Amino acid sequence: MTAPDTRQSREEADHPATGAAATPVIAPGYTFGTVTDKISAIVLTRGTSTGWWFGFLIAFLMANMLFVSLGYLVLKGIGIWGNNHPVAWAFDITNFVWWIGIGHAGTLISAILLLLKQTWRTSINRFAEAMTLFAVACAGVFPLFHTGRPWLAYWMLPYPNTMGVWPQFRSPLIWDVFAVSTYATVSLLFWFVGLVPDLATLRDRSESKIGRVVYGVFALGWRGSARHWQRYDMAYLLLAGLATPLVVSVHTIVSFDFAVSQLPGWHATIFPPYFVAGAIYSGFAMVLTLAIPIRAAYGLEDFITSRHLQNMAKILLLTGLIVAYGYTIEAFMSWYSANTYEEFMMTNRMTGPYGPAYWLLILCNVVTPQLLWFRRIRASVIPLFIISLVVNVGMWLERFVIIVTSLHRDFLPSSWGRYAPTIWDLSTYFGTIGLFLALLFLFLRFLPMISIFEMRTILPQAQVPPNNDEAEGATS
Amino acid sequence: MRPSGRPRIYGVMAEFDNPSSLIAAAHRAREAGYRRMDGYTPYPIEELHEALHIHDSRLTKLVLAGGLAGCLGGYGLQYWVSVMAYPVLVAGRPFHSWPAFIPVTFECTILAASLTAVFGMLALNGLPQPFHPVFNVARFALASRNRFFLCIEARDPKFDVDGTRQFMSSLGAREVTVVED
Repeated sequence: MTAPDTRQSREEADHPATGAAATPVIAPGYTFGTVTDKISAIVLTRGTSTGWWFGFLIAFLMANMLFVSLGYLVLKGIGIWGNNHPVAWAFDITNFVWWIGIGHAGTLISAILLLLKQTWRTSINRFAEAMTLFAVACAGVFPLFHTGRPWLAYWMLPYPNTMGVWPQFRSPLIWDVFAVSTYATVSLLFWFVGLVPDLATLRDRSESKIGRVVYGVFALGWRGSARHWQRYDMAYLLLAGLATPLVVSVHTIVSFDFAVSQLPGWHATIFPPYFVAGAIYSGFAMVLTLAIPIRAAYGLEDFITSRHLQNMAKILLLTGLIVAYGYTIEAFMSWYSANTYEEFMMTNRMTGPYGPAYWLLILCNVVTPQLLWFRRIRASVIPLFIISLVVNVGMWLERFVIIVTSLHRDFLPSSWGRYAPTIWDLSTYFGTIGLFLALLFLFLRFLPMISIFEMRTILPQAQVPPNNDEAEGATS
Repeated sequence: MRPSGRPRIYGVMAEFDNPSSLIAAAHRAREAGYRRMDGYTPYPIEELHEALHIHDSRLTKLVLAGGLAGCLGGYGLQYWVSVMAYPVLVAGRPFHSWPAFIPVTFECTILAASLTAVFGMLALNGLPQPFHPVFNVARFALASRNRFFLCIEARDPKFDVDGTRQFMSSLGAREVTVVED
């Protein structure tokens, strides 16, 4: 970032064929028509491939494992999970924070990069937003079922009731209810608003009656009117401006679930920024994990170019460094506080029964991403894919370590205990991965995974020569 | 489909290959005195909004109002619940503990403003609207692909079918069609 000139010239040296410009955000030679055809063909004409069926069926079976696990949980109670005192929060909250964090990259790409006018966001924002929605849906499963009686979850909302009881607004858990439900709603709105013009394209291009009707209903009668576009642009920008502080607030509030408590290992002022950075870190890792196979499977290398992958790798490196700083400060503060319980918490975290999980997380989240300093690694797809998987694992371990190691040995040795997941913990967790992937497969098959109308805007043909009053004479 | 006799006319529509020709045509039509017209494009073009003099900023005011309502409503709800309806005394802390009310107030602000932005935009645009006369033009399906349309509407005071059609043909359009209502 510091020396753009030298960077550019090095890039030229690396890619002599592409000439002066850096790797483009879209391969040359596309027109409005071909961009439209290529993306809409995936949904409309290319049909359902064997690979899709294979992937979807595996994901669907895993999702059914989730439904069985939740069904059994409702029958038996949450005792089927391994959490018990003193570790009353375990897999459920670990998975909740992990999924919510993954969602954050979608909002970051669609909102913050839009405000920063980063054109490279255009080809990845749609499926990153879909990823956000599905991740938030998976996240919601855990606190909902951890209540034990999910059919009474509406008790968390403030509504007049015959019991005369109202929520406790000083509790971070109620803040979480508001933050996550707002986040889910705004993500859905943002995604849907972005889809409307593309649904109109699918309506106009679909050859089947069902396609025309279904896409037509959801396109809301969009006709591309200039008056509509003007308000649409304004609404989209406003939504981006609202989603940007929202995404920061959501993980801040998630971190308050821990930081507002008194427990050593949770009670830390570094938590909000460190959680937000961690969320973006894990989210970008997940976007890479998904984007790399998708672009290969659907032949979208012209739209999701090496430049996209490299930019995401740079964000991964940056947020990874912030997260590493968070780990350092956690360790430093526990020593600097000169507080016995804080010091013990850190020693126990590093050398106690869950010590291997801590060192594995450092290996995954701090050591491995340092490979991204090398351009060669950032530019090669397979290593990038592997690093993204490693970071996903590392971020899951981070939440597990924060939650379980802090809880299992707190102030009183007489109340210490251990936690081990049961088969139902594992089946619920892997079940949500199945649900996530099954929803993603359906999305890839039935909706345009790349925003068609935004891709049109980044084509060179979309550049209008300035000062049209003078250009008029030439056209007549 | 259509009953016998002359169909009612919604306007005259010209089709262009590229955004520049459309914008130039919109400027020319304004100069010729036409006011009731609209452009139809596959993606938003700011220069076209300028050419057609589209400046509607009502949405921003609506969103501000929505956000303020969410902010005051959220805070008011927490105040009413925690101080009046269901006060819970915890270790002598004040009932009106405003710092603890900030997160929920913030989320309510964002939620109300976002809902206003989306539903306000749809309402001002008159959507959902399943049918519109411009869909009567067969080639209009390309407005969501790669063609750019300008439609001068019949309610424009200067509108007259033949004259307007001739005028639009002179703008370098690919094709000029009369749009039935």
